[in-house]
Amino acid sequence: MNFQLTKEQEFVRKMVREFAETEVEPIAADIDKEHRFPSENVAKMGKLGLMGVPFPKEWGGAGSDHIAYAITVEELSRVCGTTGVICSAHTSLCGWPIWHYGSDEQKKKYLPDLCKGVTLGAFGLTEPDAGSDAGATQTKAVDMGDHWLLNGTKVFITNGGYADIFVVFAMTDKSAGTRGISAFIIEKDFEGFSIGKTEDKMGICGSSTTELIFKDCVVPKENLLGNPGQGFKIALSTLDGGRIGIASQALGIAQGAFDVTVDYMKSRKQFGKPLSRMQALQFDMAEMKTRIEAARLLIYKAADMKDRHLPYGQDSAMAKYFAAETAMYVTTKAVQLHGGYGYMRDYPLERMMRDAKITEIYEGTTEVQKIVIAASIFK
Amino acid sequence: MRIIVCAKQVPDTSEVKIDPVKKTIIREGVPSILNPDDANALEEALKIKDQYPDTKVSVVTMGPPQAKDMLIECIAMGADEGVLLSDRAVGGSDTWSTSNALAATIRKMGHYDLIFAGRQAIDGDTAQVGPQIAEKLGLPQVTYVMEFAIDPNMEDITVKRQLEDGYEEIKIKAPCMLTAIKELNTPRYMTVDGIVHACSPEADIKVWNAKDVAVDLNTVGLDASPTNVYRSFTPAPKPPGIKLEADGEKEQAKLLLLKLKEKHAI
Repeated sequence: MNFQLTKEQEFVRKMVREFAETEVEPIAADIDKEHRFPSENVAKMGKLGLMGVPFPKEWGGAGSDHIAYAITVEELSRVCGTTGVICSAHTSLCGWPIWHYGSDEQKKKYLPDLCKGVTLGAFGLTEPDAGSDAGATQTKAVDMGDHWLLNGTKVFITNGGYADIFVVFAMTDKSAGTRGISAFIIEKDFEGFSIGKTEDKMGICGSSTTELIFKDCVVPKENLLGNPGQGFKIALSTLDGGRIGIASQALGIAQGAFDVTVDYMKSRKQFGKPLSRMQALQFDMAEMKTRIEAARLLIYKAADMKDRHLPYGQDSAMAKYFAAETAMYVTTKAVQLHGGYGYMRDYPLERMMRDAKITEIYEGTTEVQKIVIAASIFK
Repeated sequence: MRIIVCAKQVPDTSEVKIDPVKKTIIREGVPSILNPDDANALEEALKIKDQYPDTKVSVVTMGPPQAKDMLIECIAMGADEGVLLSDRAVGGSDTWSTSNALAATIRKMGHYDLIFAGRQAIDGDTAQVGPQIAEKLGLPQVTYVMEFAIDPNMEDITVKRQLEDGYEEIKIKAPCMLTAIKELNTPRYMTVDGIVHACSPEADIKVWNAKDVAVDLNTVGLDASPTNVYRSFTPAPKPPGIKLEADGEKEQAKLLLLKLKEKHAI
């Protein structure tokens, strides 16, 4: 048992924090207001190795681990929740399943560019009537002999409008239920594939959330990911890891709101003394700090277990559930402690509070996390 | 081409405080960083390496064992090699002693074509060590370098040297010593790939002691230092200025004159 980060992980935090404070924070408010995808920073992140942190060097990754990856998403999200989720969805939901389930040919073809940020990744599971209930998937893939033909619509796809590579799930055998789902690697230029509506969201407004439309989409045979019928397993195991990313995003948002509030409380004076000297408010900060630290430990533990190839699905679900609730709790308190200023767009708190909410919803709502956790208790 | 970069690990002075009783810098809890001007020196060397990939960039420093972390950072930015001279015998050195120790270390490092250093370190602010190393190695030097260009023959160098009211353009031949200022470039970030390599056992980091570099022990360390710090103190803060407010320029000038007369300044 050792709670010390490795030197490598500490340097990753130092480097990502410098990058985030210099390049990401200055535009965070603008991309939120303008609903603008920060392509310029995503390109820089690719060059710095931030888009392939946990993947081995032989596939173009940085060769680090999942704690360093969690730290990366945390530090980006500390100043901008949008930038955090771009990295998380790309790495956990597209890079990881290709790395874990892909053939050598698929890895060679897709991973180096994904890891260097030359291409951006996304993940298409959710449909209008199927999200965590993946068995209700309507998108169909039909074996045409020399290719697959995909038809259907995916919704709420993070990175949708800017991604080049999509890991998408479709029914190849409806009669087999969840065992009839298969995974495919889709390139944005495939015939019959297009991006539909772009969603207008409450938070993470700079991220691109879109529909994916498959209309007689022609998919080469070699773009089946894993085996036919393995899609459901691929989706679930991918989401187990994705939750580490989203939990880290939630943690980063909470830490960011907390840090801004510490500075504010030291400088803001009321009734003749700074807010930081008022015990009732100190107690709020103590509560926030404790929850943040607890969330951090749950996340790093789940990431560490993943690196050690131990079962971590329950741990990542607990980390995501707790970190997301912490993000909501801390940002709501932080707005309150800022009073009227917290409610104003001149300060980052209201953005952080809007960004925090999504962490309780995507990649499985808090309720779904509880289902996952309970399933491991009573299995 | 081989470039040596002289760097120093310094306390982050944006967070430095002086102990009001002991009059020394409080180092506990203060993060250590790569000295900012030295980061510019390293960046310029790395830019040459970007252009001429067979260039080898070696960083040299002197300090306590934890200065190794700064070398890790330099390698994570792209340097090939780090050398740390760490020995109690060189502790407490002033600039003269420090440059003796570093000149000996650089001699031990072998062939080089160019040496970059930062103009000065943010803790001591002397700007003496770079020039002194150049003297001791018998190298020509240009300080306050704000622009740098090297001919593909890797010998003819043109630099702009910053002056208070302009700049000098100087042509110089390698090998030489150049000290960098922040206007020279913007230092790059570490990369994650670089960090993974720099923290691995494959990273080329050497830790040498005074014996390894064969320096004359009578020329290094506290006792050999001809200068020493008598006292460190925080200057008393200046009282805040006053703002003269009046309608119109004439009224403002009148107020200003009155104030100056009050102080017997005119």
